Amino acid sequence: MDYTATQSGFRQQPNMRLRTSLVDGSEGSQLFEDTSGAASGPQKGFSNQQARPQAEGFPGQSILSDPMSNLAMAYGSSLASQGREMVDKNLDRFIPISKLKYYFAVDTVYVGKKLGLLVFPYMHDNWEVSYQQDTPVAPRFDVNAPDLYIPAMGFITYILVAGLALGTQNKFSPELLGVQASSALVWLIMEVLAVLLSLYLVTVNTDLTTIDLLAFSGYKYVGMIVGVVTGLLFGRPAYYLSLLWCCVAIFVFMIRTLRLKLLSEAAAEGRLVRGARNQLRMYLTMSIAAAQPIFMFWLTYHLIR
Amino acid sequence: MAFTLYSLIQAAILCVNAVAVLHEERFLSKIGWGVDQTVGGFGDEPGIKVQLMNLVRSVRTVMRVPLIAVNAVCIVLLLLFG
Repeated sequence: MDYTATQSGFRQQPNMRLRTSLVDGSEGSQLFEDTSGAASGPQKGFSNQQARPQAEGFPGQSILSDPMSNLAMAYGSSLASQGREMVDKNLDRFIPISKLKYYFAVDTVYVGKKLGLLVFPYMHDNWEVSYQQDTPVAPRFDVNAPDLYIPAMGFITYILVAGLALGTQNKFSPELLGVQASSALVWLIMEVLAVLLSLYLVTVNTDLTTIDLLAFSGYKYVGMIVGVVTGLLFGRPAYYLSLLWCCVAIFVFMIRTLRLKLLSEAAAEGRLVRGARNQLRMYLTMSIAAAQPIFMFWLTYHLIR
Repeated sequence: MAFTLYSLIQAAILCVNAVAVLHEERFLSKIGWGVDQTVGGFGDEPGIKVQLMNLVRSVRTVMRVPLIAVNAVCIVLLLLFG
């Protein structure tokens, strides 16, 4: 009895709407009658037939088939798209989104080769980044180009592996993941700022951007993950051995990559160039490269006990 | 070891405050770091000391007014939330 009343009531409503354009007031009494849970079954089926994704009960159903509500929905969606445009425009001022897209233009082959290079950089010959009409080629086409995909994934994986390692020591709690994450992020930011400051002080004319430095600093997470995972699987000596291997590998990788970017051309080719400035640049390169193993050890030694 | 982003911000505020309180004529000139003591060489060899002096001077010029606001906000937050 109840169902038929509601169903007939609903079927009558479209006819009523055809006659009168504004129906919100007249549906008040109808709507309040249908607040039982039993009536929501057939009514939900009705709304599904209408294929309205936003039907939340009978008020929603009656509102959605209303020309006024169509207008309101169109207005709302245009407002939303306007808001999104505004957010995009303002966000682009602070974070260069288009430049960021370059760093994520990677594919599987590149990631595989780069990971191999990070762990075993000794056989690679040509470390120069190839250019294409003054713009660096996307990382997809050049294995020497820095990218942000591996550092980002490495960071997240490092946090998860740290959680796992702390769990084996029975020290895990979900807040600890956040602590680890913010801690590692702070060290990363401090390292990038320190490198930027030292690059400014030594007045190196280089085309290294901040995001490039962020990418280079993020490459050490790969070595850290390898060390921690082998430590978890095989014990402390394996941790030390693999960490040592990865530290040396990262050291060589950073030196060979930064040499081409920071040093003058003559020094980069290996010829000994005297002069205080070139010496300073060499020290800078060495200290940036030496900071990586230190951080790698600092951020992982408390995970393997 | 358990750093948070907030502690980084606090450390940055403290460091910038420290740079901002270095007085030009009472202190920096006395130790030979005043900006009138930079040798205007035209070569491409500014040297670290000149770069540092320029950095100190530019930080002081740029950050003096925003630091007032940032310090006020920081004081209020510390009073309210400890």
